[in-house]
Amino acid sequence: MILVDALSVQFGTIEAVKSVSFRLARGAAFGLVGESGSGKSTVLRALAGLNRNWTGRMMLDHASLDAHRDKQFFRRVQMVFQDPYGSLHPRQTVDRALSEPLLVHGIGDIDVRIARGLAEVALPPALRYRYPHQLSGGQRQRVAIARALMAEPEVLLLDEPTSALDVSVQAEVLNLLADLRTARGLTYIMVSHNLAVVAHLCERVGVMQGGELVETLSTDDLRAGRVKHPHTAALRELSVELEETEGMTP
Amino acid sequence: MLVEIANLRVRFPTAHGMSDAVRGVSLTLGQEKLGIVGESGSGKSLTARSILRLLPHDAEVTADRMSFDGIDILTANEAALRAIRGKRAGLILQDPKFSLNPVMTAGAQIAEAWRAHRGGTRKLAHQAAIDLLGQVQIRDPTRVADTYPHELSGGMGQRVMIAMMLAPDPELLIADEPTSALDATVQAEILRLIEDLVSRRGMGLILISHDLPLVSHFCDRVVVMYAGRIVEELRASELARARHPYTRGLLSCLPALSHKQDRLAVLQRDPAWLAG
Repeated sequence: MILVDALSVQFGTIEAVKSVSFRLARGAAFGLVGESGSGKSTVLRALAGLNRNWTGRMMLDHASLDAHRDKQFFRRVQMVFQDPYGSLHPRQTVDRALSEPLLVHGIGDIDVRIARGLAEVALPPALRYRYPHQLSGGQRQRVAIARALMAEPEVLLLDEPTSALDVSVQAEVLNLLADLRTARGLTYIMVSHNLAVVAHLCERVGVMQGGELVETLSTDDLRAGRVKHPHTAALRELSVELEETEGMTP
Repeated sequence: MLVEIANLRVRFPTAHGMSDAVRGVSLTLGQEKLGIVGESGSGKSLTARSILRLLPHDAEVTADRMSFDGIDILTANEAALRAIRGKRAGLILQDPKFSLNPVMTAGAQIAEAWRAHRGGTRKLAHQAAIDLLGQVQIRDPTRVADTYPHELSGGMGQRVMIAMMLAPDPELLIADEPTSALDATVQAEILRLIEDLVSRRGMGLILISHDLPLVSHFCDRVVVMYAGRIVEELRASELARARHPYTRGLLSCLPALSHKQDRLAVLQRDPAWLAG
């Protein structure tokens, strides 16, 4: 359903993304992992249409994507950002934030849809007329997810959706994302530096280093240590090492 | 004992009366590495900052005992506190982007900290700054000393911050979520660096984080806080034997790379935990 072929992104003289290619089918979940500056978020932003200085080919359902995206694209593809504090307008209520995508896309039934949207991300109806500062971090990220789902997209682009959250809240949001994917048949592309988080939600993982996609492998292979590239091995080793201290392997 | 806290309470006035943020915390710290773990709002940062009396103005602090190397923090005057803050106890915060001065070079900031606490000439302080940058494992300290914070990556910025805190040769280092703004690889590097420096210099360390496995990896002892109270205290090596349901909940809700879970366990909060 999504095809990225030889995607390159340049910032001035720096090539942030170097000829990255991957594809995923409808309903799949693909994770991009790597260190800060590896270009993983830049790939996501280019795909989302937030960066127009790219070369290569990107396709959504056999239709090529241009630098400029039409309204229809944003109805089908939505993005959730890392920081729920920064991605919600501080002077707009939850109700206003959720009604905006509906107004933009000319979707009716606003009242019913907002109530349903809040219920879908397990937020109590009482939060509807609150402002972002009156919500906890986890509630804010739920609002951001609800807003992304308002226009009934097929694809969600998730940029570190849980790294600003407490671990207990992270578990709730990851479960929510898994449930929504099953319920709506959504396609996910998720960027994170946390291998365990990506492996939990995605079936396939791409590992980025210095702007290049150095390895693409299944989550099962990653878990089992069947990796080819030394950078994948290094990231995996670090993640496993920190888990082992828990001493809680069941 | 370097730090002794007995029955610390921190309260804030709100529209609905006083709100208790820290509710009777007692702990002691020697030359060791102590982790304080808890969620946002558990009171972990307030507890650590109370040691330096760096709390918001409207905070109401009481304690049966609260001392740093025998000095009573609660009754100490500002001059006595200044001799502790920065000099004998350093504080490293979450995001170097906000804790470094954006219009001073890294070297100048470290040199300033050096001169403020130790005196000496500018030239000597600059030399010391370069030496400190070397100690925090920056490869080209002379070049980095002349860069501004916006030219540094998050990990480099945090190294500069650590170098600045080490300048006065403190006895205690308080690191409040020092790596939550960094990615996993840099996070491990910075924590290893802190651990190494603290061990070699024989300092005390308080490491505050919401990441229990991470903290236990780098500390000797871990204190788990929930809603302003310590609910459990254990040796880092005995994490697997944690008894409190909150501690166990924090461990089980983490996704793991080593094994697959269909669904993550969600913390079921028991109102009884509030009673301690």
